[in-house]
Amino acid sequence: MDHQVKNIMIVGVGGQGSLLASKLLGHLLLKKGFDVKVSEVHGMSQRGGSVVTYVRFGEKVYSPIIDQGEADLIVSFELLEAARWLPYLKEGGWIVTNTQMIDPMPVITGAAQYPDQLEKKLAEKARLDALDCLSLAQQAGSAKAVNIVLMGRLSRYFDFSEEDWLQSIEACVPPKFVELNKKAFALGRNYVSA
Amino acid sequence: MKQLMLGNKAVARGFYEAGCCIVSSYPGTPSTEVTEEAVKYDEIYCEWAPNEKVALEVAHGASLGGRRSACCMKHVGLNVAADPLFSISYIGTDTGLVILVADDPGMHSSQNEQDSRHYAIAAKVPMLEPSDSQEACDFTRKAFELSEQFHTPVFVRMVMRVCHSQSIVETRDRVVPPQKEYVKDQSRVMLPAQAKKAHIRVEQRTKDLVEFAETTPLNRIDPGSDHSIGFITSSTCYQYVKELFGDTYPVLKIGLCNPLPVRKFQDFAADVRRIIVVEELDPILENHCRMLGIPVEGKSLFPMVGEFSQTLIASCLGLSAKPFQSLPDPIPPRPPVMCAGCPHRGMFYTLKKNNCMVYGDIGCYTLGSFAPLNAMDLNVCMGASLSGMHGFNKARGPEYERKTVGVIGDSTFVHSGMTGLADIVYNNSASTVIILDNSITGMTGHQQNPTTGYNIKGDPAAKIDLEALCRAMGIRRVRVVDPYDLKATDEAVKEELAANEPSVIISRRPCALLKNVRHQTPVQVNTEKCVGCKACMQIGCPAIAVRDGKARIDTTLCVGCDVCRQMCRLGALVRPDGREN
Repeated sequence: MDHQVKNIMIVGVGGQGSLLASKLLGHLLLKKGFDVKVSEVHGMSQRGGSVVTYVRFGEKVYSPIIDQGEADLIVSFELLEAARWLPYLKEGGWIVTNTQMIDPMPVITGAAQYPDQLEKKLAEKARLDALDCLSLAQQAGSAKAVNIVLMGRLSRYFDFSEEDWLQSIEACVPPKFVELNKKAFALGRNYVSA
Repeated sequence: MKQLMLGNKAVARGFYEAGCCIVSSYPGTPSTEVTEEAVKYDEIYCEWAPNEKVALEVAHGASLGGRRSACCMKHVGLNVAADPLFSISYIGTDTGLVILVADDPGMHSSQNEQDSRHYAIAAKVPMLEPSDSQEACDFTRKAFELSEQFHTPVFVRMVMRVCHSQSIVETRDRVVPPQKEYVKDQSRVMLPAQAKKAHIRVEQRTKDLVEFAETTPLNRIDPGSDHSIGFITSSTCYQYVKELFGDTYPVLKIGLCNPLPVRKFQDFAADVRRIIVVEELDPILENHCRMLGIPVEGKSLFPMVGEFSQTLIASCLGLSAKPFQSLPDPIPPRPPVMCAGCPHRGMFYTLKKNNCMVYGDIGCYTLGSFAPLNAMDLNVCMGASLSGMHGFNKARGPEYERKTVGVIGDSTFVHSGMTGLADIVYNNSASTVIILDNSITGMTGHQQNPTTGYNIKGDPAAKIDLEALCRAMGIRRVRVVDPYDLKATDEAVKEELAANEPSVIISRRPCALLKNVRHQTPVQVNTEKCVGCKACMQIGCPAIAVRDGKARIDTTLCVGCDVCRQMCRLGALVRPDGREN
């Protein structure tokens, strides 16, 4: 990576585990000698609301947040959230997304519709890397490992070695979940799109 | 050692390094993690106080006892703590006393957007404003030193974006100053004769602090190559200005935002052609400049409301925005919702069904105001549900007493609901109070409180018996109901509303997210019986959707609370174990 500041957004639905994903990424980037800022949303919006985490790294980082048209990469836990945050993507940026769909309350109550064919529409607007992380996480042993599957996929966009990522997993998750998470990471990293 | 640290964790680190021994706080987003991180240091005694006023009084008492002490709260909590604040400013302190207050520009998790800097000015208390985690740690340590140097409590003011951003912190070791002897000194007794002398001391202290502000590196000038513009800014806005312009323009960065220096502003102004003040919320730095006769631009360019960002500042300055993509489809919003299995759901459904006027309060249950429940008429502040309902009932009489309820959480009730209940009893309105007892302080992320039986460390503690408390306060009609049981809940609400005297319903079920709460098997849909009538969807559970004309339960979310099953008249929702709650 060059010295220019890189911007990564992690977006999803409150409760999906995006805080662990940003913790892992922050840990790795710090170890690699970058200046890093990670900005999270806590509190009210965690209750099933739309959540976003900003991760910025480079030689010197000032602002902790990422604005419209600034993200090099958006990692999304859910398809509608990828669409919601699309305007934050830089021209030529990548979206790495889980294909899971979770209805927001206005859709559940019938006040709004979940847009159809989102995957196709997103692919027309951005470089899209979509995978079913929920199935891969279940394959690894727990539906909760969606976040690490995504991190595994994200690792493809960095020059760091697999070993570097695995060390950060060991440092960030409780010992009893390390093996499960390593498995989930490998499934995301080695996934070959159909 | 270099660590990536949340701003709030860095404040806790600052407490540790400064030798702080006692922290008393009430949780409130975005301040909560400071105390949760501080408690991880065995050297610091930490507690959750019942409210912010108590927390500040505890911290002041501890400082009087000769130990460096602190209390933490969100901006609205400072309103509660304002009474002791003004007197403690007069009394002063010999041992470091720090008040951490966290503002929430943009109202990510708050009911208003008040600017706490006004309190520093009003109470004549110095205030430090960190702009990242390193400063959060360093300024906190510095706050204890200033507190002792100037014999005053000192504020550290954070904003949500500094609280909840991680950046790199270089830590130091802990240094604990020796405990001071307690010496009785009656100048601390705030009777008029003493308070008059104290006020004179406070005014002199402010003058001394202004002199300090002229030279302290807390207020610094970042040089720039182009003097056609100079920025004056503080807190997270400093980061946005530097993000946009780097080292192009000089920046006066204010770290001590009360009291503000004079010569430093004048010298900076003399050195640049156009001065732009960038600050979120109210124009405090800007008004200081105007008072000094310095011509500046500030709120003529930037909004008074909401959170700033580099892009917002750029656009206010007429710089072009970055190109971006969007989809033509409308993107449905995703507001926060009551979790699947939330014990509040059954109660709010019942209140809606009975067409109640619901005087709300502050907590997770405020989410009961959202569709499809829409079961809240208003909320004001911690505790206002009870006193507000009493006033409303006095104005509208028995007809409304029979359909008005005040709903309040267990923690909020202890925080400031008890005084409202005392008023209901003492001044006699047939008000119906519903204590939503989910056995935890929920919205801020599961903090213990005096009704849970555990302290901040999770160790067993004395537990306030809510039923006994309400009876002791003079309520004769106190009853407990399980909100997962819709029939019993409906009966309780109907009977207590009809009663011609004050009553308390304790709606008791622990929060479904608590670790010790055992979840039941998810409810299943019998697709033969389901006609897709959506009756089950009236309760607004995120685990239920209707797809292809049939209800569908998301088994990763459903905790088997069974409330939806009670909604279905066709028996299409079933429990695999056949059990009925």
